[in-house]
Parts: sequence; structure tokens; C-alpha cells
Amino acid sequence: MRHTISVLVDNKPGVLARIAGLFSGRGFNIESLSVNETLDPTMSQMTIVTRGDDRVLEQITKQLNKLIDVIKVIDYEKGSENHIERELALIKVAVTEKCRAELLSIIEIFRCKVIDVGRSHYTVEVTGDENKLNAIIELLRPLGIREIVRSGRVTLQRETRVQ
Amino acid sequence: MFFNSLVQTREHQLKLKGAHILLECLKKEKVKAVFGYPGGSVLDIYHALSEHSIKHVLVRHEQAAVHAADGYARATGEVGVCLVTSGPGATNTVTGIATAYMDSIPLVILTGQVPTALIGNDAFQEADIVGITRPCTKHNYLVKNIAELPRIMREAFYIARSGRPGPVLIDLPKDIINQSAEFSYPEQVSIRSYKPTVKGNPRQIQRALDEIMQAAKPVIYAGGGVVLSNASPELQRLARQLSIPVTTTLMGLGCFPGTDPLCLGMLGMHGTFRANMAVTHCDLLIAVGARFDDRVTGDVRAFAPEAKIIHFDIDPTSISKNIKVHIPVVGDCREILKDCLAAIGTKKITRRARAAWLADIAEWKAGHTLDYTQGKAIKPQFVVEKLYELTRGDCIVSTEVGQNQMWAAQYFQFDRPRRWLTSGGLGTMGYGLPAALGAQVAFPKATVVDIAGDGSIQMNIQELATVAQYNLPVKIAILNNRCLGMVRQWQQLFYGKRYSHSTFEQHPDFVKLAEAYGAVGLRATRPDEVEPVIRKALAVKKPVIMDFVVEQEECVYPMVPAGAPISNMMLL
Repeated sequence: MRHTISVLVDNKPGVLARIAGLFSGRGFNIESLSVNETLDPTMSQMTIVTRGDDRVLEQITKQLNKLIDVIKVIDYEKGSENHIERELALIKVAVTEKCRAELLSIIEIFRCKVIDVGRSHYTVEVTGDENKLNAIIELLRPLGIREIVRSGRVTLQRETRVQ
Repeated sequence: MFFNSLVQTREHQLKLKGAHILLECLKKEKVKAVFGYPGGSVLDIYHALSEHSIKHVLVRHEQAAVHAADGYARATGEVGVCLVTSGPGATNTVTGIATAYMDSIPLVILTGQVPTALIGNDAFQEADIVGITRPCTKHNYLVKNIAELPRIMREAFYIARSGRPGPVLIDLPKDIINQSAEFSYPEQVSIRSYKPTVKGNPRQIQRALDEIMQAAKPVIYAGGGVVLSNASPELQRLARQLSIPVTTTLMGLGCFPGTDPLCLGMLGMHGTFRANMAVTHCDLLIAVGARFDDRVTGDVRAFAPEAKIIHFDIDPTSISKNIKVHIPVVGDCREILKDCLAAIGTKKITRRARAAWLADIAEWKAGHTLDYTQGKAIKPQFVVEKLYELTRGDCIVSTEVGQNQMWAAQYFQFDRPRRWLTSGGLGTMGYGLPAALGAQVAFPKATVVDIAGDGSIQMNIQELATVAQYNLPVKIAILNNRCLGMVRQWQQLFYGKRYSHSTFEQHPDFVKLAEAYGAVGLRATRPDEVEPVIRKALAVKKPVIMDFVVEQEECVYPMVPAGAPISNMMLL
């Protein structure tokens, strides 16, 4: 099962290497990763998407907690409603006279932005959860996608559980 | 000394060079001995060391410096310290560090590094030792500012010895060590992300006790954590008060007296029949400071299949890693056991009340005991038994790795902890001699014996020069079967007797070798020569090699094939 794990760490050189080394050395897998400074510049927040059964996930969170530089670990179990998650993608898509209208309507529907316009390509910025990103990519694919970059996931706890 | 007195009187005003700060930190940590080897990047530290009161032992290989510090740490319970140069000096420590990491031994490893401006430039004798040792240290540091050094040293010693202990490495660039700063040693350590749990959760302890008090067939499975937390007295009290038999892991030997009637001996691959049978048939397994290693459990599905499992351990990652634990208690073993004893109070379970279970165990014991048949050639087990008999068990024993290690574990009875130094987790050949060296530095008057094989001993044989130089009277007993015995045993049992590259066709003359190094060399080739050789070796106040030419084909039994249930024992 896939899990999103949020790891609060000391903002120090080498910490990412420790976390990455723990995953590779113990045979765990990182599917996506994002890291940045928190409000407190001495700490960084990592969001890691990983996969494994309950036993593996228990080990991952325990092993992460064991690292001296790790301050806090939260495992947001996939599918639970008490957290928000977002990813970002930049998609460079071909634009021709024939398909411009379709492209613009997809952009409209998905509430994304065109952030760069060229003679033959538009670059579209889209944020959302994984499903939304996958959906727009599928819709844009027939138009001709030249390049895609996707960020790692970021996650935050909801203030109250939404029923 | 001039500089020492200055430090004591005007500690806060005086600026000190990095090298002196380092040594003052060691003094604050009450380090009595450093095992090391100099080189370009640490010349300034060595320069300062020459006028300092800390004892330095010059080994002959950096790997041995770490094993010696490790042996020192295991024997004393203090943090072992070693000091080496950058590049190859640092990379040579890796096997030693990994050995200590696997066995949770508290060490601080100080490595030189090229000057900060050269880091990353592929400079002469540069190695990214912080990167290399990240997966085999509990934590490591690169010092980038001399002002940070005292804090880093304080943290390193604290991290090494607290929680589940382990090695901590500090990389010291040459230019940093040459800078000056005011020296003040932090009184307190505060690491926001590192707060080991010491006290066990009282509710969990109560749940564990409820099970312990009502179990009919309980077994205690005690590991190295009992030794590390100095919990041996508490463990013994609990076991005796409730008449619970105790089996120990390789790392736990000595934490419960080997001669106690409740002692089942070691369990696992080369464990005793009664220990493995007791674990297989028990209804409650109480794991204390042990980690369910594959050499202990064999096939995990058949390990203690009828038992509820209680696990006391300071490391949450050890719990339910290999085997599902029913009642975990995270904390220091000693603290947990103390709380257990306090809760039990004067309640007792007598041996009579436990009679049925103890009778089962007695039956297994009668069914198969450790044994061998002495023929014309010397049996290696006989040598270990004689060593036990003639030292009356009053010695520190280190081992190399392989058959020698297993026979030492089986045939030497350890009645006290911290008398047994062996590379359990990593299984490092070449560990025994430098570890014995370290223990002998800690206890100059003790008898220290390295039970070795003819293969392993050659992996750090150069340390004979060190023990000779410092007149450390380490006794090396080589069980010389002219082959890599354990490799050969596996080839014999599982690889159709194809002895591929496991036999030595050429050996040095170990007696002459000992003499060449300035030690004493003795040899026994017949069983009747064993005792006189040991007596002579124990009487000499010098390092000795005893070369016991033993039966080549002897195998370690009992044996559980790797991955098989531990009740599936090849007995002989």
C-alpha cells in the first residue's frame, strides 16, 4: 500500500543523504520526495511517498525516527481524509490552430495556468492531487505533450476531520 | 604540565588550539586510553598528544585501532576512542566501525580530514568518510568550525553511550584543528531530535507481568542488551525468583551465569538442544535486549510457535522487525527489569511449582549434551575446555570468527558479563586479537585469552607487534586446523564436500612468528601436550601464541541449517 510520510528534520547538510541512504540500504522505495525549509529555518520538511505493507511501513517510520537528525515523523495513510496533498506539474504541450480551442478549454476546466507561450507550444502549470494531474495528462496526451516535469508531493494535516 | 594548568585556572578566557581543545574534551569525558595511528592530517593532534596525560596506544593497522577501542568498551562499559588520519587511515576503520555498529558498542572515532578548502578536490589522502560511514555509524559529524568542536564532542559521547549504544565518527579537517578558540565544555547535552526512552511504560510492564506470572512454560531469551545496560543482576533475580529458565544469545553470554541450573546455554544455529527445544515448546518467551537475529530464529514461522512473546528493548526498530511481538516494552532493560522486580515484590514461583516444565528441560538436557570424542589428534573443544578449567573461568575471552568462536561460546562457561568479546552481528574475522589488546589495556592484570582460528588470526596478526611493544600479556590460542573451518564445514554439509579454496596449503610457523614479534610461541600437537602448553602460557608475563594443531575435520555441532526451524538440529 502507498503511504505519504512527512518527516521533520534538522536543516543541516547531509540529512537528505541519511534519509535516502536509509531507504536504499534497507530496501525501501521512495516514489516521490519533496524537501524545503519550514517557517523555522533550522528545520526542513520532507514529504516522502513510499510503498509497503504494514510491517514495512512500521519499520520505515521507526527507522526514520531513529536517525538523530529526524525530529518528527507522520505517516498519512493513503486515502484517509484528514490531510491535504498537492503535487505540481509543468506540461509543455503542442498547440496548433486545430486544437487550440480544446487546449484552452481543458486548461479552463482544470483551472490551470498557461505560464509560457511559444509559437508551437504552451507550457501549462497545474496543481492538484495525483489523480487530477494524471487526468489532465491523459487529456493533453492526444494533443501532443513535448515534456513534463512533476514535483514531489506536499502534505498538510487538516485542522478538522471532514466527514 | 604547563598547558594543562593554564586550562584549569583560566578555562573561559584562554584561547586554545583545536588539537588541544580536542584533547581537553577527551579529558572531560574521562577517556583514559586512545587507540590510534598517526598520519598527515592528524599531525597537529599527535603533536599536542605528546605533552598530554591521555594514554595513546599505537596499533599497527587502523582496523585494529577500532577493534581495540571496541574490546576496551565491551570489557569496561565505557566509550572506546580511536584516532586515525584521513583517507586510507579513515577507510581502514570501516570494518571496525561496522562491527561495533552491529553489536551496539559505544565508540567515538576521530578521523583526520584534509583542510576544508581542499574537501571535494580529490586531495591527497582525501576520502568522504562521513559519507562512507553514514550507514554504519549511529551518527557522524564533519567539524566545520572550531567553535562547534566541544559541543560536537559532548554530543558524540552522549549519543555513543546512551539509548542503544553505537559508534559515532567525528571528521576533523586539518585547518580546523589548527584554529584557536575559547574552550568551554558544555555541561548539558540538548539534542531536540534525540531523546531515548529509558523508562518502560508502566501499563505495558504490568501487562507483561500478568503474562509472566501465569505462564506455565516460560523462557527468558537474553541478549547483548542485558550486558550493555548492566542489567545482569536484575535479570538473575527475576529468573531465580520466578524459576524461569534462561537462554542467551551469542552476545548475551555471561549476562546469566553459564553454570546456573536455570541456564539453558546459547540458542540458535549452534545453540544447545535444550535451549532450542525449550524455545520451540515454551508458552511464553521473554526477550530481553535481544533482536531476533536470523542466526537465533532460523525459520521465523517455526520460532517459538506456541508462545506469547514479550520483548524488552531500548530500540523500537528491534520490536516486531522479524517476529511479531505481543507485548513490547520500550526502554532500558535494566530500568524495565527493576520495575518488574518492584512490582513482583516478594512473590515467588518455586522450582517445585515449575517442576513439570523444568523436568521437560532436564529431559532435553539428558537427551543431548554438548560432546565430542577425543582421538589421537587434539579436539578443538578439548582445548577450550582446558582453557576454561585452567583459568577457572577467571579471564576475559575474545574470539575470532568461525568454528573457534562457536566452540568458545559452547565450551567456555561465562559466569559474569563483560568477559566475552566477540563479533556477533558482523562476524568480523580478525576481531579477536585487537579486541583482546584493548581489554588488556583496560585491565593490565587480568588474564586475556584470544581463542582464534588459523585463518582469522592472520587477518590482524600485525597486532602482535603492539602487544609486544606495550608488554600486554595477551594469550592467543590458535585452534589450528589448517583450513577455514566453518567454510569447510558448510562445504562438507551443504556443498557436496567440494572444499573450494578453504584449505591453507602454506602457513607461517606460528611459534617462530610469535618469537619474531617478540612474543612467546608454544605448540601442542598431541592431547597430552595441551595442558602443559596452557599452563606455561598462563605463567608467562608476556604475550603468547599457543599453536594447537587440532583435528581438521571436526565440525561444530549441534547445527541448524540456515533458514530451517531451530528444532531441526543436526546433533552429531
